[in-house]
Amino acid sequence: MSKLSRRSWLRATGLASAAGAIAGAARARGQDSGLPAAHPPHDSHVMGVVGRVAPDGLKPSVYLRSWNFSELPADERAKFYRETPRPDGTLLREYEFFAADREIEIAPGLFFPAWTYNGQVPGPTIRATEGDRVRVTFRNLGTHPHSIHFHGWHPPAMDGALPGQEVQPRETVVYEFDADPFGVHLYHCHTVPLKRHIHKGLYGAFIVDPRTPRPPADELVMVMNAFDTNFDVENEVYAVNTIAHAYMYEPIRVTVGRLVRIYLVNMTEFDPVNSLHLHGMFFDVFRTGTSLTPSDRTDTLMLCQGERAILETTFRYPGAFMFHAHQTEFAELGWMGLFRAEEVSGT
Amino acid sequence: MTRRLLLAVLPLLLLGGLLALIARSDPADMLRGDGYPPVERLTVQRVTLEPGGIVARVMNDGPDEVTIAQVQVDDAFWTFTADNGVALRHLGRTTLRIPYPWVAGDAHVVRLLSSTGATFEREIPVAVETPTPSARFFGVFTLIGLYVGVVPVALGLLWFPFLTRLSARAMDFLLALTVGLLAFLLVDGAQEGFEAAAVLPESFQGPVLFALAAAGAYLLLEGIGAWLKSRRASADEGYRGWVLAVLIAVGIGLHNFGEGLAIGSAFALGEAALGTLLIVGFTLHNTTEGLAIVAPLARARQAVSLGGLVQLGLIGGVPTIAGAWLGGFVYSPIWSVLFLAVGVGAIAQVIGQIVRQMSREGSAARMLATRPVLTGLAAGFAVMYVTGMLVG
Repeated sequence: MSKLSRRSWLRATGLASAAGAIAGAARARGQDSGLPAAHPPHDSHVMGVVGRVAPDGLKPSVYLRSWNFSELPADERAKFYRETPRPDGTLLREYEFFAADREIEIAPGLFFPAWTYNGQVPGPTIRATEGDRVRVTFRNLGTHPHSIHFHGWHPPAMDGALPGQEVQPRETVVYEFDADPFGVHLYHCHTVPLKRHIHKGLYGAFIVDPRTPRPPADELVMVMNAFDTNFDVENEVYAVNTIAHAYMYEPIRVTVGRLVRIYLVNMTEFDPVNSLHLHGMFFDVFRTGTSLTPSDRTDTLMLCQGERAILETTFRYPGAFMFHAHQTEFAELGWMGLFRAEEVSGT
Repeated sequence: MTRRLLLAVLPLLLLGGLLALIARSDPADMLRGDGYPPVERLTVQRVTLEPGGIVARVMNDGPDEVTIAQVQVDDAFWTFTADNGVALRHLGRTTLRIPYPWVAGDAHVVRLLSSTGATFEREIPVAVETPTPSARFFGVFTLIGLYVGVVPVALGLLWFPFLTRLSARAMDFLLALTVGLLAFLLVDGAQEGFEAAAVLPESFQGPVLFALAAAGAYLLLEGIGAWLKSRRASADEGYRGWVLAVLIAVGIGLHNFGEGLAIGSAFALGEAALGTLLIVGFTLHNTTEGLAIVAPLARARQAVSLGGLVQLGLIGGVPTIAGAWLGGFVYSPIWSVLFLAVGVGAIAQVIGQIVRQMSREGSAARMLATRPVLTGLAAGFAVMYVTGMLVG
């Protein structure tokens, strides 16, 4: 008699033996429409987010080509970044970092209570040349203890992760070390519980250039990240540079024939690996960027949590080129974008 | 007079003042403080699958306003439109239209993300295009209703000529059997109703709603029964038997309405491809309901015309068809709760009526303790139990 038990019965056995009258009716219906059920077109435009993020929030297109606060006007930039030549020809690079709680819009209308470095996720990109002195003054303006832990050579006192190295709210510490080795690295908060401090947004890219610079290129910083919006230890939103599908609606403009270099960092929490796949092209891979010789040429690169690589390629054709995680689930949950390659007029 | 009115209204005025004070000072906000996260709760009331995609009817049954920021289907952001906006106040509703290419026979999960990142999921266990009210589907649901409701009840009624030839003791047995059958329906309907009530949005207070509807139905039928009898002050036994039969038919009809709802909605939700065995089970099960309707008439040795029997059969059986229609086309869980409750109230009233009729000469307890009655009760319960196994 019970509705639910009947339903479960229906589920278990109903599909096998349909009553004549009903099956007949269903068949007749199928014949009517020609197909079992008509569907909306498999149009790629119906997949994706609805609306656009507010223009006063994070700007993934600006982040992409900014380092050492280069996106700020000169006087503003001086508050956060100074470089001083040293006798040996290297630079002392000084950074002002602070931690702050901030609600960020990670998909249109969807707000995440983030913990940020300098109000942004990912944090500001630090870029130095091998041998430079990096000095980061870190003030914790947040509500929880935080730290900055840099990947790269440094003495234990500068690790930021060891017991007692947490920076309490309102406290300030200075991290100082030589930029070494060259490559693409990362920094992140190392206060426990670690995965919460990281997935809340406390991470960023740390690029060290070799003394002999790499060839000139159009350089892009991409941090693969994700957000667990309901705190169930699974990500609801994936992205490169925080905002879901941002580069689908604002494609990355590149030039045909010009070398493009991508500094790719995987900061995804909870999922062991992430990946980048580029349509219609191949790229050279410099794992961790610590060599000037490519380790691979491929169109799909997988990175573990905390892994990173430099990718180099040159667009051969004009037009739109999609790039996304080849974990298609991540792609459809926000980690998907477009390059738009254009010919330079006169060439 | 005005003084009395004032005395009646005064507490209400003071209450209004208190509410205004609370609204102004908002003690809950003082408790929660700044930045305290809102309590968000969304319920997907009904999901239908159309050729153009998925349609989800959503209600906010939490205390705070909820804004639906994005929709994900099967772990993919999907575009959608909202008929009634995406910002829902307490008890606000909207309809989301999601052009998702669902796959017949597959399972899907629709997930709503609020502006704070809270998620609300609704599973579609087996995707089947939701029937729309077309002539064909009315036909199909009518056919189902006939199979499981009308025909079995009518078959049960055909026992009437046989019943009228039975001895008084056998009649006691039969009436007790009827009570056993109804008691089974009472227990089953109550359990079912509370289960359905548990999945309702909390604001609807499902269990209370169920209890109120059941009590209301009981009292209403009690009133109708008394009114029917009072129309003939010198009601003879035959007429009383007829009234009782009508009441039983009404009770069973209401119960069958709830049953039809369940069948129709299961069919519509894609959880059902009704099997032959299920049809057979319902047919056997519901035939006993016809028996229950005519037993009091037989005991009263009341002559009933064929037309009268047809009337009783229609009252008891036809609601299954209406239920299947409603369940198939506009199902929402609240209907299940309401109609199961009404069915339970009606059946309880009918059981009371039969017991009163049987024990007219003495106490109900003594009447119940006789052997034919006890065996009848047990047999009635057992028959329902065994035939119930076929469908559950």
